[in-house]
Amino acid sequence: MTNRTHQSDPTPDTEPQTLKLSGVAFQWDSSKAPLRYPDVTLQAGSHLFLQGPSGSGKSTLMSLLGGLITPSEGRLEVLGTSLASLSSGQRDRFRADHIGVIFQQFNLVPYLSPMDNVRLPCRLSRKRLQRAKPDATTEARSLLTALGIPEDSWHRSVLQLSVGQQQRVAAARALIGGPELILADEPTSALDTNNRDRFIALLLELAAKQRCSVVFVSHDQSLANQFDQQLHLQESTR
Amino acid sequence: MNLKLAFSLSIASLWHRRNVLALVTLTLTLSITLLLGIQYLRTEVKQSFTNTIAGTDLIVGARSGQLNLLLYTVFHIGNATNNIRWESFQDLKTDNRIDWLVPISLGDSYKGHRVVGTTDQFQKHYKYGRGEPIELARGAWFEEVFEVVLGAQVASKHQHNVGDAVVLSHGGGRTSFSNHEATPFTVSGILAPTGTPVDQAVYVSLGGLEAIHIGWESGVAIPGRTVTPEQAKERDLTPDAITAALVGIERRILTFQVQRDLNQYSGEPLSAILPGVALSELWRIMGQFENVLLAITVFVVLTSLIGLAAVLLSLQVQRRQEIAILRATGASPLLIALLYVIECLLLTLVACGLALGVGAAGITLVSPWLLDTYGLKIALRPLSGTEWLILAGVPLAAVCVSLLPAIKAWRSSRKQGLGHANSW
Ligand SMILES: Nc1ncnc2c1ncn2[C@@H]1O[C@H](COP(=O)(O)OP(=O)(O)OP(=O)(O)O)[C@@H](O)[C@H]1O
Ligand SMILES: [Mg+2]
Repeated sequence: MTNRTHQSDPTPDTEPQTLKLSGVAFQWDSSKAPLRYPDVTLQAGSHLFLQGPSGSGKSTLMSLLGGLITPSEGRLEVLGTSLASLSSGQRDRFRADHIGVIFQQFNLVPYLSPMDNVRLPCRLSRKRLQRAKPDATTEARSLLTALGIPEDSWHRSVLQLSVGQQQRVAAARALIGGPELILADEPTSALDTNNRDRFIALLLELAAKQRCSVVFVSHDQSLANQFDQQLHLQESTR
Repeated sequence: MNLKLAFSLSIASLWHRRNVLALVTLTLTLSITLLLGIQYLRTEVKQSFTNTIAGTDLIVGARSGQLNLLLYTVFHIGNATNNIRWESFQDLKTDNRIDWLVPISLGDSYKGHRVVGTTDQFQKHYKYGRGEPIELARGAWFEEVFEVVLGAQVASKHQHNVGDAVVLSHGGGRTSFSNHEATPFTVSGILAPTGTPVDQAVYVSLGGLEAIHIGWESGVAIPGRTVTPEQAKERDLTPDAITAALVGIERRILTFQVQRDLNQYSGEPLSAILPGVALSELWRIMGQFENVLLAITVFVVLTSLIGLAAVLLSLQVQRRQEIAILRATGASPLLIALLYVIECLLLTLVACGLALGVGAAGITLVSPWLLDTYGLKIALRPLSGTEWLILAGVPLAAVCVSLLPAIKAWRSSRKQGLGHANSW
């Protein structure tokens, strides 16, 4: 596997780097060759664009960063913490406290209203609840407003929202309580160009306000220039 | 562990899936109602059964087994093999350990109901339930030779009222062809329902029975030897024999002594039985089948619980996305597993609550009808300890059953990566 990394802002910061990968590899099962990742360092507040063909291990990297799985080789630090050194319960806690996640689609818990979906991280993590300014409901309101979700749908079923609105509600959920890192796995692939651009603009703007890093997966090369750093994964030669 | 969150998520999730889950909840409710109902009725029927006769210390009849004696004197089932001579009965009266005696004379019937020849002592001393006396709903206890008192169900079934004339039939059976037509009786009173065999019988005086059998010594009416009611009243109507007698003992402690003496009575072979002992023996025989019934309903409940687990398992496929979201947001696999357990538990609790409501409503609605039609007295009462235990067993079983989907969800959410959610 060969990789290219473009690092645009290598200036060191006093706060710990958001991401630090060195020699990370992960093997889903022993019959397959492990997925190997290039070494990456991401400064706090910088955004990373992650690209690569299908099967190159983009989503797997997201799982690694989120602490749902741990690398079989190498060293992975998120916010200065080596996730492999934590127990699985501690990793769940860590994810709840510090990471927001946006999927490709169907991002919302179907039986919770948009409002409750957004507030969910504050119920799972005391840290996120404490950091919500001034409180979970008020921050949820201002995020939903900022992301252009009409107020009359905040307490209705999420199934009545359009796909674009659902993705923006998911962005609000990822942003609430000021997490340090947002993992967005192809969040715009189900959106049209207009919606996509609006979504990315809003996400990056709100993330910048909170000095929150975004790792953004997409097939769409045209989006790459909006991010500080790019990482291209190559299909492994198996 | 964030229990409050788990509960609120479970409730929201159940509500979201209410259409799918309504049917399993209904099944569960019905089966719990069945289970609880059977146990409830079991207790009630046993209670009402063992309380068929109360306050009577001994039942005396011609020598026979205790079940037989109990069956024909109290339940009006089967026949006496022999009678007690009137002299023996008079002799018992002289025993000063005996407080009271109620003679019982059986043999005739009215439209399939037993005719019980007795005295006013019956109304005074026959007790049922927790010592409740027999009461007249209308009219008065018989005084004249040709007066009859009807049990509640006899009156309601044949729509009799005080003052009606009834003709008794000779011998038992619903369609007896030899009726005592020449000597009709007048209804003097109708008894209030008791939920015991008393409701199914009619009561006349010993003299009345004697009177209608004048000229019937051979079993059929011999023309020329029968009498008109007026002539009958002129005769000496003292009976030669009675079928049995209910005995009240003055000092309870002497009951066994009196029983022993009666069983060794020198005048003729008699049997004296303790009604309570005989009733429990009868219940032991009859009670077997409802143990089986209860076991069956336990299986019915288990089946519906397994059905519930199956539904939850099949919903699990739909829920993968939702669980991926919860996991990504930081929920632990334990919380995910807990959702299944809590959902199963809540559903079962709802079903239990509904079952209690349905059961109470059912009993309230059905009990007047049961008393009317079957003479079964089933009252609404608070649940007994056993019934609460059985009810509590249901959510407990539900928790066990829910471990199946819960463990499955726990295992798969431990292994699931973030990317997994995209593929559904
Ligand atoms: N849960 C899993 N169990 C086993 N193998 C997996 C699992 N998830 C991913 N893989 C394997 O890991 C490899 C990389 O998959 P991954 O989903 O990370 O690719 P991707 O770059 O996200 O692809 P796409 O662009 O299609 O989303 C694939 O070969 C896939 O089969
Ligand atoms: Mg992927």
